[in-house]
Amino acid sequence: MTDRPPEIHEQRILGTELLWAVGVGVLVAATLSVVVFTALSRDINPPSNVERIDPKTLHLSGEFAEHNLGTTVGPDGRVTARMIATQFMFVPRCIAVPSGRAVTLRFASPDVIHGLLITRTNVNTMVVPGFVAQVHTEFTRDEDLLMPCHEYCGLGHSEMWATVQVMPDDRFKPGPDGRVSCAQR
Amino acid sequence: MRNVERLCLAHFWVAFAAFLVASLLGAWQMWVRSPLGANIGTPTPGHYFMSVTAHGVSMAYVLTTFFIMGFGYFVAVTSLGRPLPGKVWAWIAFWMAIVGVVMVLIPIIMGQASVLFTFYPPLTASPWFYIGLVLVVVGSWVWCILMFVAMREWKRENPGQPVPLAMFATVANAVMWLWTTVGVAAELLFQVIPASLGIVQTIDAGLARTLFSWTLHAIVYFWLIPAYIALYTMIPRAAGGRLYSDTMGRLTFILFLVYSLPVGMHHLMMDPEHGNGWKFIQMLLTVFVSVPTLLTIFTIMASLEIAGRLRGGRGVFGWIAKLPWERPAVLATGLAFVMLGFGGFGGLINMGYGMNAMVHNTSWVTAHFHLIFGGSVVIMYFAIAYEIWPRLTGREHASPAPLRWQLWLWFIGMMVMTLPWHLLGLQGQWRRVANFNYADPIIAAWGPWVLVSFFGGLVLLASALLFVRNLAVLHRSPLPVAQRPLYALAVHPPHRVPAALNGFGLWNVLVLVLMLLAYGYPIAQFVIEPSPAAMVHRMH
Ligand code: HEM
Ligand SMILES: [Cu+2]
Ligand SMILES: [Cu+2]
Repeated sequence: MTDRPPEIHEQRILGTELLWAVGVGVLVAATLSVVVFTALSRDINPPSNVERIDPKTLHLSGEFAEHNLGTTVGPDGRVTARMIATQFMFVPRCIAVPSGRAVTLRFASPDVIHGLLITRTNVNTMVVPGFVAQVHTEFTRDEDLLMPCHEYCGLGHSEMWATVQVMPDDRFKPGPDGRVSCAQR
Repeated sequence: MRNVERLCLAHFWVAFAAFLVASLLGAWQMWVRSPLGANIGTPTPGHYFMSVTAHGVSMAYVLTTFFIMGFGYFVAVTSLGRPLPGKVWAWIAFWMAIVGVVMVLIPIIMGQASVLFTFYPPLTASPWFYIGLVLVVVGSWVWCILMFVAMREWKRENPGQPVPLAMFATVANAVMWLWTTVGVAAELLFQVIPASLGIVQTIDAGLARTLFSWTLHAIVYFWLIPAYIALYTMIPRAAGGRLYSDTMGRLTFILFLVYSLPVGMHHLMMDPEHGNGWKFIQMLLTVFVSVPTLLTIFTIMASLEIAGRLRGGRGVFGWIAKLPWERPAVLATGLAFVMLGFGGFGGLINMGYGMNAMVHNTSWVTAHFHLIFGGSVVIMYFAIAYEIWPRLTGREHASPAPLRWQLWLWFIGMMVMTLPWHLLGLQGQWRRVANFNYADPIIAAWGPWVLVSFFGGLVLLASALLFVRNLAVLHRSPLPVAQRPLYALAVHPPHRVPAALNGFGLWNVLVLVLMLLAYGYPIAQFVIEPSPAAMVHRMH
């Protein structure tokens, strides 16, 4: 096979490269604008509240003390569910939430890094000791969803999951203390 | 070649030995987490996470670092055409890294370091594990310095001449690697090792994650650059053509250096310890990381087109069929591009600010990096090994057929393993699980796809075995090597290039500015207002 130098003029090479560079520029600009536009217009915010909490004492008092965990409905009707992610379980193991309503989920870890997702939804956050992880969401289907810990947290990591019980709004009835627990099924 | 054959072969064989063992572990893991391996009781999660730690460390740290160092020495000698300066140091670095690897592996096998290759504290492993990692990194720093010295001495002997592209790119990688390791080195030396030794009892987990993220993206480009060096400097020649543009190559490697670093926080998109604004800035910068790859695709396609037309290809696509696909290097390039295509699409999803929430820490991510890194990058490592092994051993492959088989098997195995894995990730299958509870109806529905990907893993294992066999038999091949040039000429070889495209001074300044911008406050916030520290959890 001959290896004769192909006769491509330097100007032509430069021309095609500039053309491609423009193409790349357009592609990058398009990606950027899609990302920026959707982030702003649809108000997409990853969990980023930068709210500090002491992992060594969080279970002693305050919102993550045992009696405050689980789902509560505030006087203003806001639904908040609080959970502790600890080696190797979520406390409580099940939370009840209404469908079709805004829900705030708050998590904290007293020990190591955990994470969680809720299957069939886009709820996803890391739980880093030292910080409260907070997710705002709205559940749409009435069903039991699986909520596994998705960051390796030790040898028991595979057994760490909870259940999210999504209830129709009319069955989601807080008790006198404003609390809702999972129904036995 | 001037007597670096032994040095290069030593590095490569360590890399590929780790690769082989890790492939076995990988296939075993696929079985354990599938319905076939579930509910057997043994192996226990302890075994599984020991194995995943060994697999991750061997593939991501041992295979890559040793391969890159060996390849760097090879490039320095062959592209510059002068002996390697400081060869003694190269051997010292090699043995230091070997000691490091042994120090890492022993605690893993003893179950004292099941912290996975990302070792996020407060979980901590035996101190030996981290000190071993530090030794490997220090060995690689020596390599970086040797690469600078080799380039500088060549420049002194050839004033005003453009540094050959292969060496320019290798030094770009060395510069980038020094920047890259700063994050993890700081995490290890100031936080994790003191915690593991018991000098401190608490640790700032958010800071540790942030420092690790500094390293986590650019390290991937450290692994990738050898593949790109082969694409620019060897593949056009292997296909019988020319490199379309030398300048584009230089620009690409400079862009990698500049853009790989200030983007690591995209791994922390779902983390609570950083505000939205900083995540947003780094996500915007992440978009630019695609630029060097897009430039590369164009330049390599154009170079291959030259080869195809020289061989009589006509028409818009006719040249593709005329390419010498029977040559392993060309075949590997084609397969790498296909995997890069699928993987690149997946990467767009990961990067998206909103879509990341769908896939973060699911099997999607595992699938993504197996496809891009285990697939595209590692198949180019194979191609490089096949190209340069004859030069290292002085012997020629008896037949390219087993080489082609091996590449096809790797490609098929990777597709069969990762496509279902992507799908499972979208359905919420999370990663790093020793045994799924297949009694749960949601998880039971995943079972068949897990089996398909297990089958892909077996094909990969077969390919890994064939790869090592192909190299091993070459050492006894009776055919002497035919002398042929390795590096491709550019269509218009450069005679003079601007200083900015012949060195890295300017670019280092730019990296510094970007890093201050991207990571300045996100790291400083932990000093300004320390987050409440967590108790150290020792796994040893
Ligand atoms: C024989 C081929 C391979 C098989 C069967 C395989 C299989 C696996 C499996 C099952 C996991 C664990 C996933 C989990 O628990 O979520 C894993 C993790 C991993 N693999 Fe592979 N793999 C193979 C090749 C590779 C290659 C070539 C690389 C890179 C060069 C690689 C790098 C990794 C890394 C970095 C992890 C992450 C470990 C972690 O999550 O801590 N693998 N692999
Ligand atoms: Cu976990
Ligand atoms: Cu990254």
